[in-house]
Amino acid sequence: MLETRLYLAQRLSAAIIAPLVMIHLGVMIYAIQGGLDTEEILARTSGSLLWALNYGLFAIAVAIHAAIGLRNILREWLKLRGVLLNLASLLVFAGLLVTGLRAVYAVIVA
Amino acid sequence: MTSTPTSNSDTIQVSVWRGGAEGGRFQQFEVPQQPSQTILDVVTWIQRQLDASLSYRFACRVGMCGSCAMMVNGVPRWTCRTHVNKVMRDNRLTIEPLRNLPVIKDLACDMSEFFEKWRHAEGHFRGGSTREQTVAALSPNSPQRRVADAATECINCAICYASCDVVSWNPDYLGPAALNRAWSLQNDERDVAGGARLRAVAGDAGCHQCHSMQGCATYCPNELNPTASIAGLKRMVTRAWIDGSLGKDDA
Repeated sequence: MLETRLYLAQRLSAAIIAPLVMIHLGVMIYAIQGGLDTEEILARTSGSLLWALNYGLFAIAVAIHAAIGLRNILREWLKLRGVLLNLASLLVFAGLLVTGLRAVYAVIVA
Repeated sequence: MTSTPTSNSDTIQVSVWRGGAEGGRFQQFEVPQQPSQTILDVVTWIQRQLDASLSYRFACRVGMCGSCAMMVNGVPRWTCRTHVNKVMRDNRLTIEPLRNLPVIKDLACDMSEFFEKWRHAEGHFRGGSTREQTVAALSPNSPQRRVADAATECINCAICYASCDVVSWNPDYLGPAALNRAWSLQNDERDVAGGARLRAVAGDAGCHQCHSMQGCATYCPNELNPTASIAGLKRMVTRAWIDGSLGKDDA
């Protein structure tokens, strides 16, 4: 049952996103105490396996979560159905995943 | 019911939607105010005193049959149990046919799709015993029976269906009443069609489409909570999917 799988995937991805957002916000509030500085941010993230896992997992979970949510909006507001609906949702998923992981790659490796 | 107006009573300015499936317009009527007057009294007074061509639907007049629901000042209500003085604003009323259903004429809707969806949601009881067997003894206090009872008192008025935005966005959606009925049967210990029913409500027009906005629970005249029933179905379907029983034949 596709709808049941998507329902579960959206809730599981939300459960992953929630603590990661808290970590992000907590570190952000702590780190900007001395001002916002690119060098400082990159010094923290470059080569860090922990931050790579944190933001990598976040990017994947967001791509899944947002694509399923947008799929509902596409169905209800644009009346998309069937193959077209699934293709459009997959496109959103792929776009978010590629741009998200590319950003993670930039702050960890580049 | 209404009687002849008293000469000194205040009047109500009533806008009534007139027309059919092809469209229509509002028609203005002036109706005398009466003590303990219901919206159904107002509609009936218009039909009997002012315009006999006005079409609407009612039967029991006491909140049992679920046939007289209409939009009153933009809100779905059972008109026989809705007092004018509770909903009237500035001595004005707007009365329209139920939202989300095709109009037959004036205030009468075509309820076919509403009842069809009860069938699509496997909304009928399927017992597993014969008349030779003894009647099943059910404790009214068992947790499962309490859950079933909480969803049972539906009168099929379609007020929840008219209040549901998901129905307006996705006309295929089974809707709160059919899903509430399915939930009630899923918790009936005598029913044996649980597997088929779960598959029926797990599809792309089923329980997962509900956004839990609770319009159904807000306007249900019998104070049922279809949103909670649908949330129960979501949990039940998810559990069945995890343990693999969603894809199997009925037990």
